[in-house]
Amino acid sequence: MSESRAASAARDSSRTVAAGLLAWVWPGLGHLFLGRRGKGLVLMGSILALFGLGVAMDSRLQLHLGLEDPLALLFSLAQMGVGAPYVLARLLGYEAGLVTSPVYEYGNTFTAVGGLLNILVILDALDTARGVRGK
Amino acid sequence: MHSHLVTLLVFSALVSTVFATLLRDTTRERLRFGLLAFAAFVASTLVIGWLTNPFPI
Repeated sequence: MSESRAASAARDSSRTVAAGLLAWVWPGLGHLFLGRRGKGLVLMGSILALFGLGVAMDSRLQLHLGLEDPLALLFSLAQMGVGAPYVLARLLGYEAGLVTSPVYEYGNTFTAVGGLLNILVILDALDTARGVRGK
Repeated sequence: MHSHLVTLLVFSALVSTVFATLLRDTTRERLRFGLLAFAAFVASTLVIGWLTNPFPI
């Protein structure tokens, strides 16, 4: 492999990693970084709306990383998939949720699904950066 | 947002939008897929809700 090809491959690889990381840090940011402006904005708006509405509906943003309750661990990981908004909401004091709220379970579903969808968005950003997906 | 129906509609619309954006490439295909996914979410929820109505929680 020539030197220029090696440099190009390294540049492509770092671009892919950057797109994946940005997509995790903030929903849609990976696509914006890759120049997919419309797609990035739609994904950003939809996922932030899901997560924001979930928080507004008294969702609990739990940080449960122990193995004694595997379902709680999976739920935490799902919520963390949304990236910085999860951290931001916790820092703003929304971590406890309100279990007596009539929409508590809906809120939990919204936040967890928002995070899970963002994991799909991260994978799509990685594919787009590698040229596997076109638009 | 305390209405079950409004919650269902909002959730279905947002999730369908993400799926359509990720899984289809053209605007027309996305619109078609998004509307179909939205209808499927809403219809299946209503049907399952109706079928499970007689069962106690």
